[in-house]
Amino acid sequence: MKVKDQVLKVRSKNAGPFWVTIDVFCGTPEAFSTVSAALKTDAVARLYGTETQLVKRFDIADLHVVKFSIPRPVVQGSAQDRDMHGAQWAHLLAEMAL
Amino acid sequence: MTTRVLVPSGVLCLGFDRAALARGVALRPDIIAIDGGSTDSGPFSLGAGQSKYARAATKSEWRDLMLARAKAGVPLIIGTAGTCGTDATVDWMFDITAELAAELGQKLRVARLYSSQPAERVITAMEEGRLRPLPPAPEVSAEGLRAMTNIVALAGAEQVQAALATGADIIIAGRTTDTATIAALPLLRGDHAGGAWHGAKIAECGALCSTNPTSGVIVVDFDDSGFTVEAMHDSALCTPHSVSAHMLYENSDPFQLYEPGGYLDVRGAVYTALDARRVRVEGSAWVPGRYSVKLEGARVAGYQTTILAVLRDPHYVANAREWVEKLTRFLKAEIASRMGLAADAYGLEFRLIGVDSALGSLENRQGQPVEVGVLGIVTAATQATAAEIGKLINPFVLHYPLTEDEELPTFAFPYSPATTDRGALYEFALNHVMELDDPMQAFRLTVTEVGA
Repeated sequence: MKVKDQVLKVRSKNAGPFWVTIDVFCGTPEAFSTVSAALKTDAVARLYGTETQLVKRFDIADLHVVKFSIPRPVVQGSAQDRDMHGAQWAHLLAEMAL
Repeated sequence: MTTRVLVPSGVLCLGFDRAALARGVALRPDIIAIDGGSTDSGPFSLGAGQSKYARAATKSEWRDLMLARAKAGVPLIIGTAGTCGTDATVDWMFDITAELAAELGQKLRVARLYSSQPAERVITAMEEGRLRPLPPAPEVSAEGLRAMTNIVALAGAEQVQAALATGADIIIAGRTTDTATIAALPLLRGDHAGGAWHGAKIAECGALCSTNPTSGVIVVDFDDSGFTVEAMHDSALCTPHSVSAHMLYENSDPFQLYEPGGYLDVRGAVYTALDARRVRVEGSAWVPGRYSVKLEGARVAGYQTTILAVLRDPHYVANAREWVEKLTRFLKAEIASRMGLAADAYGLEFRLIGVDSALGSLENRQGQPVEVGVLGIVTAATQATAAEIGKLINPFVLHYPLTEDEELPTFAFPYSPATTDRGALYEFALNHVMELDDPMQAFRLTVTEVGA
């Protein structure tokens, strides 16, 4: 089972040039409680090549959303950047096995 | 006192619904506020001090807003003018405004709020311990600051209020926070501070906080206990979910938002549907702190030339990675022997479009593409060197064989010449705040009469 099979949508976007933020819209309270419990912060950190303690995590029951913010793997627009808006990183999380 | 703010869209040039704008104007707003930019598109705009939007598109939308302002008889303000909010783009926006004033027969008082920072001011702040890094921040030095092509500070509500105090009909502001142009007037009139900042954050992307994001136009009523938000397009509904979910957007923290004089805390916010279209929000808190403005800076990190080849030959598609690795080794030797350039004096990278060009080393899926695009990126200290490397590698990117005993292959080049000189590569070089004793100490205001 992948994250995307359990949720409405996974979205990512820069939060300024130095951060990317990933929103998992679960859609229902049931999906939220499943995903919130099964998604491990350290697995998400590994997925994005960062350290667990640098990941900010917000489990927002009112919105049925799990949100992760991580320092961008590379600064927006630097020579190594491959995705100026950071919107494609969402798919890594969407395709992660739960 | 209730303050009604009309926000035509999330950014000038994104488009807005004309009928929705007219409806907003008919509600007699106290001010019309729109954003003119952000760092969303990358460092080029700030680095070069240019708008990313076409002048013609900017002028046509600004014309509509200047007409709306004349009808409403209230101030019109744009923040972060010209995408990056440098002094040069403020003046670019001023020129467009003066042209339109003459064309429309409007006589106007135009205030310009300048946000560009001389490097020496930031160096002084650094020496006095008033420059603080935000994680993750690049290293800074006096020399590095002097090498930046543009540094701007993000103005807050205080500087916008100073511009409003000039009695200007139109305010063209340089870099501001996304929220400052919307929050300034409600705060000036004593509306609830937490509500003012929260409502401004909800409205700063226009109708993105509604069920019809592209319709643009939003009206926010601020008062002494919170705010009420409504979208102006018939089909755009603001619901507690659409409004509260907007705090997630492009925010690394959905509950705390830092501004120059403190931060907004929305953990206590309660979102209530007044009816099918309008949402009431109360309970957000403003927490004052040391006055500091965020800085943005960009510098040239080299000059680039690119080349694009497409592999369709199934043998090369299947072995694309091995091919570019061999090619890169070969080219580095060629560049060393023919140009005398050491490997650390330039950058040469090939990205495989169809394999992992978006995610790079983070990619964990494999497929069997029909074709693979090979995007070669050369980065060097000068454009001339990057272009010369591009020309040197061109025939090999076209013909390099995977094995020695095969006939020379020829890949697909989509255009001639195969190389493209991209100009300067800019990079963001600051993620810092600068503490100020007086909000206007790092900003300038001028007022000019334009039109007839």
